[in-house]
Amino acid sequence: MEFIDYYKVLEIDKNASADQIKKAYRKLARKLHPDLNPNDKEAQKKFQQINEANEVLSDPEKRKKYDQYGKDWQHAEHFEQAKQNQSGQGFNTGQNFGGGQNFSGEGDFSSFFESMFGGSARQSQAKFRGQDLHAELQLALVNAMVTHQQTLTVNGKNIRITIPAGIENGQVIKLKGYGAPGANGGPAGDLYITFQIVDHPQFKRMGNDLHTTVPLDLYTALLGGETTIDTLNGKVKMKVSAETQSGTKVRLKGKGFPIYKQEGKFGDLYVTYQVTLPTNLTEKQRVLFTELSQLK
Amino acid sequence: MQPADMIPATEFCVHHKIELSFIHLLEQHGMIETVVIDECVFFPLSELDRLEKIIRLHFELDINLEGIETINHLLQRITNMQEQIVSLSNRLKAWEGDD
Repeated sequence: MEFIDYYKVLEIDKNASADQIKKAYRKLARKLHPDLNPNDKEAQKKFQQINEANEVLSDPEKRKKYDQYGKDWQHAEHFEQAKQNQSGQGFNTGQNFGGGQNFSGEGDFSSFFESMFGGSARQSQAKFRGQDLHAELQLALVNAMVTHQQTLTVNGKNIRITIPAGIENGQVIKLKGYGAPGANGGPAGDLYITFQIVDHPQFKRMGNDLHTTVPLDLYTALLGGETTIDTLNGKVKMKVSAETQSGTKVRLKGKGFPIYKQEGKFGDLYVTYQVTLPTNLTEKQRVLFTELSQLK
Repeated sequence: MQPADMIPATEFCVHHKIELSFIHLLEQHGMIETVVIDECVFFPLSELDRLEKIIRLHFELDINLEGIETINHLLQRITNMQEQIVSLSNRLKAWEGDD
């Protein structure tokens, strides 16, 4: 457990007045509030720190205790105990700073705060929204092209989500209220899921379009004909024009990736032909190719 | 009878400890659309998230309604730009893979 300098956290002097504390807290809260910094874990962490600092420094009793024990906070409990023993009834610390049985939002404040003021010290404080949680979900490209449901386990809870077709690599979706529980009855945070779409060995996705390279034998490329190509939805038969060059790109309209949240709309599929030359020529083929070469 | 996908403004105000006049004020500013049925004010369930955010910004941070509108506008622009960055970096990755 590390000592936290609450004055430093709020960027104020040790002898700051109550007004100055309030002003400093408001200034930082406006800068670091989770609603103004969505998806920023660092800002959320700092926001919790300033809340904690404000809780202590804006309460004269807590501030007094904090100022009194400061860096020696670890000995504070012993000191309080000794005082209690001396006076018989003591300070009733169990009610003011100890206890902590009624508080259910552990984890929002530092262990330093818990150790010094105990859980119940926060009972009368303002409600705070729970922390946002972040998770990553890997999807194969073929799975990203159909709307489907998937069950995730987050913090021991099963969540069934619908993943819309056409979701993009790196895209984030928010599940409201599935984050950490709030403090003092505040609302739960949100769960942010970042999708990672795994590359496909055959198809490359560029926005809503798909790109693929298809081998084409020399004879079909030269004389024209038909070839069957794979798409992510199955096989498609295509006409090949005579004298198709290697590297020729053709577009199959509407055979690309589904467009996110636009039902029935798809990008295009771009097919690049790679002409393959025959190998292991027979004697007859060699003779014929030689004849052809002499016709040039 | 409560229409489906609508929230009664009075219930919402009790839950959030705010006055109904605040909802009317938001409506006057064009920040929320309400529906009156049998003299009861309702707003769509889809607006709940946005409305709770407005309340947090207004009551926790003392930001006035004009400020909240500006913030929402700028946050939307940030979101759009982030989506554009994701899309562009995916395209760039695809081109780099060609090398």
